[in-house]
Amino acid sequence: MTPEKAKTSLITFPSSAELVSEPLGVILVISTWNYPFVLSFEAVIGAIAAGNTVVLKPSEIAPATSSLLSKLIGEYMDSSAVKVVEGAVPETTALLEQKWDKIIYTGSEKVGRIVAAAAAKHLTPVILELGGKCPVIVDTKANLEVTARRLILGKWGSNSGQTCVSPDYILTTKEFAPKLVDALVRELKKFYGKEPLESPDLSRIINSSHFNRLTKLMDDEKVSGKIVHGGQRDKTTLKIAPTILLDVPEDSLIMNEEIFGPLFPIITVDKIEDSFNVINAREKPLAAYLFTNDEMLKGEFVESVSAGGLSINETTLHSATLTLPFGGVGESGMGSYHGKYSFDAFSHKKPVLRRSFAGEVAARYPPYTPEKQRFLKAFLDGNIIDVFRALFGW
Amino acid sequence: MALDMEGMMKELRGTYASGKPKSYEWRVSQLRALLKIADHHEKEIAEALRCDLNKPDHESFVYEIASMKSSCQLALKQLKGWMKPEKVKTSLTTFPSSGEIVSEPLGVTLVISAWNFPFLLSLDPVIGAIAAGNAVVLKPSEIAPATSAVLSKLLGEYMDTSAVKVVEGAVPETTALLEQKWDKIFYTGNGKVGRIVLTAAAKHLTPVVLELGGKSPVVVDKNINLKVAVRRIIGGKWGCNNGQACVSPDYLITTKDNASQLVNALKSELEAFYGKDPLKSEDLSRIVNSNHFNRLKNLLDDEKVSGKIVHGGQRDKTNLKIAPTIMLDVPGDSLVMNEEIFGPLLPILTVYKVEDSIDLINAREKPLAAYLFTNDKRLKEQFIRNVSAGGLVVNDTILHLAEHSLPFGGVGESGMGAYHGKFSFDAFSHKKAVLQRSFAGDVPARYPPYTSGKLKFLKALLNGDLVGLIRALIGW
Repeated sequence: MTPEKAKTSLITFPSSAELVSEPLGVILVISTWNYPFVLSFEAVIGAIAAGNTVVLKPSEIAPATSSLLSKLIGEYMDSSAVKVVEGAVPETTALLEQKWDKIIYTGSEKVGRIVAAAAAKHLTPVILELGGKCPVIVDTKANLEVTARRLILGKWGSNSGQTCVSPDYILTTKEFAPKLVDALVRELKKFYGKEPLESPDLSRIINSSHFNRLTKLMDDEKVSGKIVHGGQRDKTTLKIAPTILLDVPEDSLIMNEEIFGPLFPIITVDKIEDSFNVINAREKPLAAYLFTNDEMLKGEFVESVSAGGLSINETTLHSATLTLPFGGVGESGMGSYHGKYSFDAFSHKKPVLRRSFAGEVAARYPPYTPEKQRFLKAFLDGNIIDVFRALFGW
Repeated sequence: MALDMEGMMKELRGTYASGKPKSYEWRVSQLRALLKIADHHEKEIAEALRCDLNKPDHESFVYEIASMKSSCQLALKQLKGWMKPEKVKTSLTTFPSSGEIVSEPLGVTLVISAWNFPFLLSLDPVIGAIAAGNAVVLKPSEIAPATSAVLSKLLGEYMDTSAVKVVEGAVPETTALLEQKWDKIFYTGNGKVGRIVLTAAAKHLTPVVLELGGKSPVVVDKNINLKVAVRRIIGGKWGCNNGQACVSPDYLITTKDNASQLVNALKSELEAFYGKDPLKSEDLSRIVNSNHFNRLKNLLDDEKVSGKIVHGGQRDKTNLKIAPTIMLDVPGDSLVMNEEIFGPLLPILTVYKVEDSIDLINAREKPLAAYLFTNDKRLKEQFIRNVSAGGLVVNDTILHLAEHSLPFGGVGESGMGAYHGKFSFDAFSHKKAVLQRSFAGDVPARYPPYTSGKLKFLKALLNGDLVGLIRALIGW
């Protein structure tokens, strides 16, 4: 909350300046269903820290969490300034018709456009935390066991792949792919046992809508022959086993939407560097990952892959690092938050310039003369010598 | 002239994909080219500004050309530093690891400029776009056609046109541009069109900077150096494109017992600046066109205020000139108090206590700027704390725009996003978070099968709780 002092120059001498963080006003947080607790609170924390009032609209697709949030926030918070509005499309639409000072939306690109369009009517700035197909490149020069474990954790260990920063698909060389698959299968058995559908350590699919969407991706005739592990499903319990697909075609359904589930396709390339072109031919994702010990490859990756954020030799954890801004770019979103970025996201950085009545520069004022012009040009150039010359020539 | 939009976008995307605009060398070459334009074509530019606005050479050279050069030179000087990734600390949670924030270009960007400072407001954002490594299309305002043509000609000559283009035109061309998918749009203008731009951008999830406007108030307290204050107000109002500037003082607020002093001081300095017959002064921009002239005439002739004119009011329709005009005690519901004036009319509102002015200001939409003239420390702090605007200046007007260390932008109805100095570079960049880990430091507690022991350990780790961490390790 402390204003940040800013340097001032000869142009405004004598003066002092600072940047004052002030609240925007009344904020709307539209949360989502996959991490319904943290994704609701993280934004609300930022809004409150920055001094705003806030309305939270939790996702109706996670109804138990929505009502728990409503109850607890109602009990503990100052409800004249912090409110929860539960509901679905009608309630959200009604909320979006109001004039807010900022809106933060976490969810899909489709609804992101609706939120942005509604906000445009009121000139409301928005943060959109969307998604995308987060690729992970696995190089041969990588510790295969640790890589496999970290991949599994970022995918199935993260809400069964229903996470905006989950690795969506893998890119690796044709010759390395079988080794990678073996390592994944080995570690998967250690983590989830022989019957993953029975493991208590895997989230289920959120609802039957998404369950059907995912089974369609698996049953797409372009890929059904490519399943090298898993594929089991249980419609009653809404569970799908960790599934790996090898060498899927780029025009399959599974490669044309964000998977958001426990299916992990592997695309193989001849040279590992070819992965960059595959990634860059697609929309910018929320995250991109690379597993390698090759310093040059790391450098090329950071240089040429544009995504919200990158992790090297890890997945998802950059979003848990509070010193790093978390947000998307292009189709994966706009704006960012986490840590101080949350405070900043809900603040207006107001510059304040203070002057005294001294330091009058008469050259500013009409009647305009060539001498005054010369003086001011020199002044703006920060060119002290010319300033003096102009002063004396005067 | 039909423009091949699709072809143009394809070319720009191709150039961007080639990696050329991303290189430091390219950015520097383009910034240098912009400087050359300003250096070698000063007279041509000033001539165009005189044609479009009758802008006095002094204002053209100082406020438009020198400002643009200063911006360009700063970018050239600091670009290497701006382009460097910013290292960040990482925590125990990801140990061992390193983190940094890498600035990368967004891609293909659109700058829609305005008519009042048509040279500066076109090129200042373009400087930011280029410094950040983007391709950019500039759409200058058709309401300043001479400057638009000069910009098109000079940028066409000096810049790398495979990545930097100028598209001239009016509503149809702008609409066609807004239908394309851009990686960022930078718009300077009014709130009505701002909404149109934002709505078009929403379709493509394009982030936008909107530099709009508002009614920028000036609060004038007692016990100040009134002469200096008044000169600074005049400088920011009539000395700045004749009030046609987004940060021009729009209206004044002072106490009832200070009003006549203030009016007299204004009259006195106005005469010193512009003479007894200001319609003949060479040092005032004209009104940009008859549309705006008529608009301002309506504000003047509004029956609610016509009896309130205490100075000026003269107009010359042929030359599109209106004299510096002061109105005292206009009603809050008059026309002049219900739109951004953007012209040489200055209403003065009076209050009983100077603190009341803060409530008056806050009852309205947040403006792009707000100003206060006072020596009272408490009033300064109250003002800074309670008045929300794009930016504030105490004891001067408009000057905060000249400080490169200060972000320039609006809030609420006055806009979103900011630029100037490094903020321009940031406005056209994506700040990409990068976390690097080694294969060491693997924490088995993260992995299934999940146990309560692992949970205890991780909770302690996330809490930075070293004691809990050790206990969990030993208990394990």
